[in-house]
Amino acid sequence: MAVYLTRRVIALAITLLVASLVVFVVLEVLPGDPATVMLGVNAREDTLAALRSEMGLDRPAAERYLRWLGGLLTGELGTSYTYGVAVGELIAERVALSLPLALIAIVLSTALAIPLGVTAAAYRNRAADLGIMGFTQVGIAVPNFWFAILLILLFAVNLKWLPAGGFAGWDAGLWPALRTLLLPAVALALPQAAILARVTRSSVLETLGEDYVRTARAKGLDRRAALWRHAVRNALIPVVTIMGLQFSFLLAGTIIVENVFYLPGLGRLIFQAIAQRDLIVVKDVVVLLAGTVVVVNFAVDMAYAVLDPRLRGGAHDL
Amino acid sequence: MKRHFATLSLAAGLALAAGQALAAKDSLVLGMVLEPPHLDPTAGAAAAIDEVVYANVFEGLTRIDRNGAVKPALAESWTVSDDGLTYTFTLRSGVTFHDGSAFDSADVEFSLTRAMADDSTNAQKGLFEPIAKIETPDPHTVTITLARPTGNFLFNLGWGDAVIVAPESAGSNKSKPIGTGPFLFKRWVKGDRFELERYQAYWGSPAKLNRATIKIIPDPAAAAAAVMAGDVDAFANFPAPETMAQFEADPRFEVVIGSTEGETILAMNNTRKPLDDIRVRRAIAHAVDRKAVVDGAMFGYGTPIGSHFAPHHPAYVDLTGRYAYDPAKAKALLAEAGHGSGLKLTLKLPPPSYARRGGEIIAAQLAQVGIEAEIIPVEWAQWLEQVFRGTDYDLTIVSHTEPMDIGIYARDTYYFNYESLAFRNVIAELNAAVEDKTRYALMAEAQKTITEDSVNVFLFQLAKHGVWDAKVKGLWENSPVQANDLTEVYWK
Repeated sequence: MAVYLTRRVIALAITLLVASLVVFVVLEVLPGDPATVMLGVNAREDTLAALRSEMGLDRPAAERYLRWLGGLLTGELGTSYTYGVAVGELIAERVALSLPLALIAIVLSTALAIPLGVTAAAYRNRAADLGIMGFTQVGIAVPNFWFAILLILLFAVNLKWLPAGGFAGWDAGLWPALRTLLLPAVALALPQAAILARVTRSSVLETLGEDYVRTARAKGLDRRAALWRHAVRNALIPVVTIMGLQFSFLLAGTIIVENVFYLPGLGRLIFQAIAQRDLIVVKDVVVLLAGTVVVVNFAVDMAYAVLDPRLRGGAHDL
Repeated sequence: MKRHFATLSLAAGLALAAGQALAAKDSLVLGMVLEPPHLDPTAGAAAAIDEVVYANVFEGLTRIDRNGAVKPALAESWTVSDDGLTYTFTLRSGVTFHDGSAFDSADVEFSLTRAMADDSTNAQKGLFEPIAKIETPDPHTVTITLARPTGNFLFNLGWGDAVIVAPESAGSNKSKPIGTGPFLFKRWVKGDRFELERYQAYWGSPAKLNRATIKIIPDPAAAAAAVMAGDVDAFANFPAPETMAQFEADPRFEVVIGSTEGETILAMNNTRKPLDDIRVRRAIAHAVDRKAVVDGAMFGYGTPIGSHFAPHHPAYVDLTGRYAYDPAKAKALLAEAGHGSGLKLTLKLPPPSYARRGGEIIAAQLAQVGIEAEIIPVEWAQWLEQVFRGTDYDLTIVSHTEPMDIGIYARDTYYFNYESLAFRNVIAELNAAVEDKTRYALMAEAQKTITEDSVNVFLFQLAKHGVWDAKVKGLWENSPVQANDLTEVYWK
């Protein structure tokens, strides 16, 4: 286990180093001068030069890369060009929205998907199965932003139960904040749940045909017990893999839904930072996300071990 | 203090939740499309900065009012010497900054000197360039001597870039703006909203609103839903013109179409072949049907223009007839210039919908006369670098939103590469003229000159689409400067 962990940590460090180098080089090549973006079309050359030197952009690229990397290692993420505040602070504000939102969405989607998928598998080709599969088909086909607009029209514009968007902030209290996250979480969760339910169904169907399930039944276990104790548990590995991927996506890949609900999340921060050439923010967020993906994958691998005792041994992990 | 903040925002949250149920409202939620990068109008070009702080938080010596007229602000009155070189301002007394410190002539001297300094990051540094000397004989008098007469100097002092800041807070205005205006800045939840509160010690008549929240909503569909749901009370620059009819039909809302200072142009690279040939530029002007562009790209909102000048200005000359839509004539001009067999050009389009949608329509119109315009969408950062600074383009579409900016055609290296000694002379005369009558005549001449030279295709004046709760009064209908002046806003 210790070897496994060490290997994982080294892999994490290498991934982050490569990610940092790639993002730095890409942003170096990307056309667009941050100073010009900030000062606009009437700025004079001396004004632009003054701002560039204020932001440290007049230093050589290698020096800027090393400084940035050194900063990352000491937890000093730098100062945003556009906002003029510490990037760490900026990211923390956004994570305070994006992380809970992703968690609520993933919990909602799992709570919906697993019972649906298992039910569909248990009643294969019967009415329940066809109904659930039809529903998930629609769930996959409907883009989440369009679904979001429908939710807004119904719950905000017509019924006026919930706000049409925005985030109240956690300091406004738990309920006002959660209230603003409800519709976005549903909009994000439903399409994910549809995918997850289908994966669950086919995975459970596969395990139901395995010898050990037949053995369990032959030993006298009833259908229900055999399904949940043996089939479902073993079927969860692909499901957890998909959940890991979905969680990484939900953290920053939700820019369109964030736009529809005008939520100040991580996705919008990075999108805006790219448009405004707030390069330091782009770099920091990309490295942060790369780190998160690696950590989530690690957590998923750990979950495999919990689900499947065969994967716990030292010899054949990975 | 922290606790105080929490209670305040809790109250704000409740007020938001209660929506329109509250009687006798004295708070307003205003929607806005773009979030400003920071809040210091003296250190950035983003119009969004002024849309939050101009006239609300910061004030200059003069101010531009809702009709575009110059009004006294921190300067109570002024006199101008006969040679137009010396301006003597009498400052208002009893003015304090939001941190409680007093305002006097030293702040004025500091602000203007800072804007003109070598290391200044003022986006409109050129506005201060005529200033030769600033003197402060006493705390309530400022004398500014100019190097040459500058007719629009008082107007220039009313820009957001010329507001008066205090030496103690100038460095932190980006995140915590401290001005002298009727609203003080409370907090900024990045990516989401700004909160302003009435400044009790304001020198003038106090703001009618006790609190104002400015919400950032970039997505047009989200903006429409937010207004419909009552989450946002007003959108002074509404981004979804396609939904205007829906709001017009609803008595709960007021829809106001106003004017802006945004001349939208199809800019041409005047030194690049074949656009260096005036016949080609004129052909392009004849090939564009402005009415179709306004209808197709702007849902019919926008006034066609024939030169780089706002139609609501008293000196405006209607030159839209100079290059009437005439594909046959365009073809003839192209043939005459030796391009009878067709022409290939690039058309670089920045993100705003007027450019992207308008560009597609214009490309189709140009195709009718044998010009193949290859559309290249670019981001703002790329546009600024490639088109604006590098002048690496044939055609582009952009809206010039600064007020009274025809002078850009007299600049040394400006992105459309137009060089005309005659035009420069007109602008030099205009800058030196003080009398309105002379100035208007010169402005008319300037308009005619660039139209005659067909520097660019002048498309239309951007309209300002306002949508707000019918009970909200006092918002600006037009936008002579880009601002959301909330000083006179109240609920009926």
